This record gives sequence, C-alpha cells and structure tokens, in this order.
Amino acid sequence: MVVQALKDQGVDVVFGYPGGAVLPIYDEIFQQNDIRHILVRHEQGAVHAAEGYARATGKPGVVLVTSGPGATNAVTGLTDALMDSIPIVVLTGQVPTFMIGSDAFQEADTVGITRPCTKHNWLVKDTARLSGIIHEAFHVATSGRPGPVLIDIPKDVQFATDDYTPKTKATVSHYQPQLKGDMDTITELVEAIERAERPIFYTGGGVINSGPAASQLLRELVEATGFPITSTLMGLGAYPASGDKWLGMLGMHGLYEANLAMHDCDLMINVGARFDDRITGRIDAFSPKSKKAHIDIDPSSINKVIKTDMPIIGDVGHVLEDVLKVWKARGRKVNREGLAKWWARIEEWRAVDCLGFKPSPKTIKPQHALARLEALTKDRKDRFICTEVGQHQMWAAQYMGFEDPNHWMTSGGLGTMGYGFPASIGVQMGHPDALVINVAGEASWLMNMQEMGTAVQYRLPVKQFILNNERLGMVRQWQELLHGERYSHSWSEALPDFVKLAEAFGAKGILCTDPADLDDAIMEMVNHDGPVIFDCLVEKHENCFPMIPSGEPHNKMLLGEASTKDAIGSKGAVLV
Amino acid sequence: MSPLHIKKGSTKHSAYNLRPTFSDVQETHTIAVLVDNEAGVLARVIGLFSGRGYNIDSLTVAEVDHEGHRSRITIVTTGTPQVIEQIKAQLGRIVPVHEVHDLTVEGPSVERELALLKVANQGEKRVEALRLADIFRANVVDSTLESFVFQITGTPDKIDAFADLMRPLGLVELARTGVAALSRGVGSTA
Repeated sequence: MVVQALKDQGVDVVFGYPGGAVLPIYDEIFQQNDIRHILVRHEQGAVHAAEGYARATGKPGVVLVTSGPGATNAVTGLTDALMDSIPIVVLTGQVPTFMIGSDAFQEADTVGITRPCTKHNWLVKDTARLSGIIHEAFHVATSGRPGPVLIDIPKDVQFATDDYTPKTKATVSHYQPQLKGDMDTITELVEAIERAERPIFYTGGGVINSGPAASQLLRELVEATGFPITSTLMGLGAYPASGDKWLGMLGMHGLYEANLAMHDCDLMINVGARFDDRITGRIDAFSPKSKKAHIDIDPSSINKVIKTDMPIIGDVGHVLEDVLKVWKARGRKVNREGLAKWWARIEEWRAVDCLGFKPSPKTIKPQHALARLEALTKDRKDRFICTEVGQHQMWAAQYMGFEDPNHWMTSGGLGTMGYGFPASIGVQMGHPDALVINVAGEASWLMNMQEMGTAVQYRLPVKQFILNNERLGMVRQWQELLHGERYSHSWSEALPDFVKLAEAFGAKGILCTDPADLDDAIMEMVNHDGPVIFDCLVEKHENCFPMIPSGEPHNKMLLGEASTKDAIGSKGAVLV
Repeated sequence: MSPLHIKKGSTKHSAYNLRPTFSDVQETHTIAVLVDNEAGVLARVIGLFSGRGYNIDSLTVAEVDHEGHRSRITIVTTGTPQVIEQIKAQLGRIVPVHEVHDLTVEGPSVERELALLKVANQGEKRVEALRLADIFRANVVDSTLESFVFQITGTPDKIDAFADLMRPLGLVELARTGVAALSRGVGSTA
C-alpha cells in the first residue's frame, strides 16, 4: 500500500536503508520496478540526498528508514530541511503497535523526537488510514512554506491489508496556506517602487521554493525597474549572476557593495527571505533609513526579527505577478534621477573589489581554486554545485556564479557539515547526465564520507572538490580573530590519503598541490566518467573575507587582503 | 590588537548578536486555539512554547466537539508585543491548528477559572473560613469535622485573593484548572 501511494504521488526514487521494522515495505519494493531505491550507507546521508534531489528537481524527496537508530540518524537531516524549507517525506518503520512503549528492540519515540524538527508528523496506528495520511503528508510537505514531514509506520500496520485510498479520493486537508497577497499592500509597494531613490531587492530561498516561474517574474521585475538586487545564500540563482543588476550575495560574508547598499537603501524589498541573523548583523543598526516590504508565505516570518512596513503574506510567484501587473498598469514609473545617483554610489562600492586576492605561484589559494573551477565549468548549463559548510561554502558563494535556480545546494539555516556529499548524490539521481560538483572542506567531507560506497555502487559520477587546508578553517578563523589565536582543536592530524581512499572505494582520486597543475587537474576531474575525489591542497591559513563581525551593522565590514599572515604588520585589513 | 582591530581574546564580538533589541514591555494575553483532537497535538503546542522560550501562565485543554474531533486550548501567556504576535503566528503554523484567537485584543471577553481548596482547621478558624467562603461565593463540596473542601469559580485574581485568605486559616492543598475564556456577545470565536 505504501509503494502504491508513493507511485500515485509520482515518486520515482527513494533513498533508504532497511532494517527489521521496515522489512514488509522493502519486500514490496523488491517486487516492483517503478520506484528506484538507492541504498545509502547512513540514514543521515539518505535525508541529505533527498534534500539535494528535492532542491535540484523541485519534487519532494522521499526517504525510507527503519525504527530506532534509523529514525534518530535521520534527525539532523530533518532539522536541516526544516531550516531551509526543503520538501521531503520520511517514512520510518516502528515496532508493532502492541509493543510501543515497552522499550522493545530498536524502539524509539520517533514522532516525539521528530516533532520539533518536522513540519508535521504522523504515527499511523490503523492501516485503513495509511494511504490517506501518505497523500496528506505530500500535500503538507509541498504546500505553503515547504518542509520535512515524517510518517511512522508500525510493523503490524505494514503487514495488515486494507482498502487503498487513491490520491484523487483523499480528503482535502484544511491546511491550505494563502497564496495571493493583499492587493492594498501590493499597491502600496508599487507606489514605493515608483518613488524610491535608493531601492534594493533582497531575495531569498523563497523565490527558489516558489518555482521557476517566480524566478522568471523576479528577473522581469528587476530588469524592468532597473533596481539592484542582492540575495541570501539560499536564494542564489534566482537572478543570474551575470546580470548587470546583480550585486552578489549579502550578509556576514557577503559582498561589500551588497551590504552597503542594504545599509543605505531607502526601500528594501524582501522577496522570500527571512532576515536571518547572518544577514542582518546588528539588528538595531540594520538598514536604518529604509522602508521595508516583506513578501513571505509564512506569516510567522513577518516581524519576527525586523519590523516591516509593508508585510505581504503570499506565494512569491503570485505576489510578484500582481506587483508587475499593478506597476505596469500605473505606467511603469520609477525615479530615474534617484536611481542614476544610486547606481553611481554602488559603482564606487563595486570599485573596492572586495573579492580581490593575490594568487600565489607556490601554493593554491582556495579563492583561486574556485575561480578556476568557475571559469572552467561555467559554460555548462547542466552544472550543479553542492557545498559542505564552512569557509569553502562562503568562497563558493562568492567566487562562483549561478545563472539558474535549483542549481545550488547548500545547508544554510542549520549549517550542517556533511550535507554536501550526500546532497550531490541526490542531485545526480535527479539529473543523471549533469555535472554535479560538491565543493567541500576536508573536515566536512569526512563527516559523511561513507556515501562514497553509494556513489560507486550506483555509478553516480559526482565530483568531490575538496579544498584541503588540514584545518577546520572557519573555526580557525574565528579563533584567530576573536579568541586570541588560541587554536583549540581546529586542525586535523591523521587525515587520510584521499587518492588512496578513492581507490579503496573503487573511484578515482586526484591530488593537486601546484597552482600550475590546477587547470589540467580540474579538467581531468570534469572529464572522468565516474565519481572523483579531488584533493586540492590549499593555503592553510587563508581567511574568508569580507566579513561582518556579528553584533556589528552592515557598514562595519572587515575587508581582508591576501592571507591574514601577510596582513600582520601591514595595513592589510581595513575596518571600514 | 590584531590587524583587524579586534582585541585579542575579546568576547565583545561573538558568533551571535548578543544585544537584545526589542522593548521589554510585558503584556499578558489570553489565546484560544482550536485544534484537531489528535494524538500529540498538545505536545506540539507545549513544545512550541518551550522550544522557542515563550511563557505559559496557564493552559487548559478539553474536547469541545466530539463529532468534529475538535479541542479548545486556552493559553494565558506573557511577553512583549512582538513575542505575542510571534506566538500567534507560530501557533497558526501548526498543521492541526484550525484557528487562533487573541481574546485580549479581539474585543471584550470573559475569563473564568475553577479551584478546589482543602482547608483543615478547628474552632474559630473554621467559622471564619466558612464566612469568607460565603463572601466569595465558594461552595463546600466535602467536609469532615476538621476540614472543608471549597469549590470556587472566578477570575484568577479572585481565586488568588481567596487562597491568600485561606492560607492562615489552614490551607492544605490547592488545585486550579487554569483559565477558560470566551468572547462576549453573540458572535463566536470559532
């Protein structure tokens, strides 16, 4: 019945790991060919793979794991998906209903443990309700602000048979989030657009989640108004990085021009972002001179952190469509004189070239490695980039350009080290012929390295581009800057030989230590038909700049230059 | 000083913003939540309050529509206006929640609580307890030669006042239901 319901929902791939309490479902999976099951090596990997799949395809990702440890191992992935609003449906086995509460073998209170880290969850005690709940679960996961849901199915409920409820006959859920925005506020926003002297679009993951049409509408609106646009980490790709209105990412490690424009603007149009603390910095000094509009499908995002003047609750796609309609009907007006002055100031900030770095002839700078990776792969429309979490993640966001939505997979809200590798597996499952690259740090990558087995088994040619500094780079950076250079437990001794590690799994390993070899090595990786671990030994003490120290406003950015080591004794870093 | 002008070992700059920014004016609101009466729904509501650090002053819950499987949860909570708004929005996000009403702002409402008080005493104190119970319109629902159990209904303030008076008169135990509340007038909150 479970398999039938999944088919009805259009599921074609499931990431999972079997165990005692889900054997009946696995038995069903064995006897059919419509749904492909990908055997991961750890349940956390299954959830991240489903997240990667969901984000790259726009369809919900599906996970199947067993009770007890299977479910608890899924918790990190569920929390990650909740923070980043990724639609996934997790099915867990449970001990038989009559044994629940008896501390049975591999029993855990799965719905209790996952209640705070799912959008909703169900314990199904009656087989007659099972198919209806699965349909409801897909509805909840994908509508409104998307998120993870979990269905806990006791083994006796799996064995029992009952009438199947097809998707079309499932009861309509009362959960129907509002899609259309309030027209009065939309008109108010259009009036503000017409008058604004220093406007900015601040967009987020909500644009991606709303679907490709929302990105299209956003592009139309940005081009037509000529307003500058910046985006959060999660929203990269909604507006193309090659577009001339693009200021780059904002926030703690965002670009100078993006953050200063946010600080000095007079109209901020937040489209599907949530004023995260990595974005706002010091709240009482956040963009003090602006009127703020906030488009979000989740009412709890409005006024949670930043007071909003024009709150618009609704789906980004629907609201942008209405904004465009009203703005066009009122004669497509903007404040051209103000805008020209505004762009002139932005160009001054751009001229600072906050991402400038000095490549070294001896060691590979991580920025250089990513700039080369970008240059050598950016023409491939089917390029998907995943990341782990840390310095490499920020550098990837800064030095790589994203032209389309759903081509950038990263753990933003939860910041989960170990996300990227399994996510890349999920992406490759959704796009078998695409070039899928996971930009990683060696420490993050090791957290879910067991998935190398999955990649090899299913011949998924995922490229693991590891910027290896033998350090927990971001932790090291904070310790250098804020904890008196006391590097407490932030470097790794006894790292594996990544080339041998790849070979041990039956994959290809590439080691690159010399900047002169970098381009050839990258092309060797890209052209290899199969999974690759690329061990790129980079400068060990490089810091990630620009940087806004937390608790500081946007105009108190630190700009770095070359490595911090070089900067000592010179003026190097500037407090702006 | 490091080249970045941050004092070595400084804790002034943390990975998080350490300055609280909102006003600290506290308000008390009574919120009525209509939910599907399904397993775990109360845990979701309580988990929301503990997980996000909101206060619960009082909470009552009971099924109010057996056919429709609906329960009504009445929560009295205290927080800044911003926090109260967040609480309502967060409650509204819970999937089995149908309606959220802030009775404190949606017009006049009545609030009542029921309490049982066991008072053990003799002689003059026993007479005084009965006299006060009469003033507060509390009923005697159990009696021995050395004790009474009083039942009192009213606003939380009234019950506080009655309990304070009973304390020197031999209050042994106190059980309160928490607040139940409805809007005044002909319209329904739900």
